[in-house]
Amino acid sequence: MLTCRRVTELLSEAQEHPLSLRDRAALRMHMMMCDGCRNFERQMDMLRKISRSYVPTANSPSEEDPQPK
Amino acid sequence: MSGALTAVPPGRRPLRDSTAPAASLYHARQPALHVRWRGRIGERLNQTNHNAIGNATGKDRALGEPVSLSALRVKLLRFATLQLGDPHLAEDAVQEALLGALNNLRSFRGEAALHTWVFSILKNKIADQLRQRARRPEIGETVIGDDLDETISIFDDRGRWHEPNRPVRWAEPESAVIDHQFWRVFEACLENLPRQQARLFMMREFVQLDTEEICQALAIKPGNLNVALHRARLKLRACLEHHWFVAGEAAC
Repeated sequence: MLTCRRVTELLSEAQEHPLSLRDRAALRMHMMMCDGCRNFERQMDMLRKISRSYVPTANSPSEEDPQPK
Repeated sequence: MSGALTAVPPGRRPLRDSTAPAASLYHARQPALHVRWRGRIGERLNQTNHNAIGNATGKDRALGEPVSLSALRVKLLRFATLQLGDPHLAEDAVQEALLGALNNLRSFRGEAALHTWVFSILKNKIADQLRQRARRPEIGETVIGDDLDETISIFDDRGRWHEPNRPVRWAEPESAVIDHQFWRVFEACLENLPRQQARLFMMREFVQLDTEEICQALAIKPGNLNVALHRARLKLRACLEHHWFVAGEAAC
């Protein structure tokens, strides 16, 4: 049985290369029972999307302080 | 703990007006990491808030004004220096990206478009630089061979999530990226990672080099890169959740 720690390692590696069938099966088993790791898996994809759309925040003042009316 | 959650002001900007609510929220949810992180993240966010206020109150921030570009330049330079590990190369790359933008100033509608454009040029320059470097790799293992595992407090001794760190569902992740405040939080979280971890994470996810290219450019082993990326992802995820996604959920 995988630990949550190990699951996060595998899910992180899955962002780099396809996992073995065995690892994937073990992951599925674990995630059927673990909502934390299920959320973690989704968030790895989100983290990637988020990071790819990063733009530095220096001076985007037009969006600074929109006055609530 | 619920008191801390409801104390976050509505409008999904828990870190904006004061770092205090965010810090206490973080504290409540993650006592062990908090001890290590609070000081730095508080400082960092204070700095960005000051900058933001300074810029927002000035009238001199029309597109292409020197103030605006110089602030952007500082940001770009910091990013490029971290990625390239060499201030001179970074300076050159930023200069070229900015010159390109200056020559085409009229074609940008607003600062956001300009920033995006300059930053994507810079990103390509960084990627090229790093790829060329494969023949004379740079850092070697020692820089990453950091045997302190800062993620240890995220799990218990049986490898299960410590309850306050168990990932929860994120509220509206799609709308985060179009929110200027979100990027402040993202940068602050990134700054809180050990420098090499932040560097490798952004090299992989933002500059989008693949793992093989990174290993060649920096002469590190894939195993070490994976460890660094895993730790960076764990911590960045937790930081974003505590400072943005969960706080946002409470406000809705």
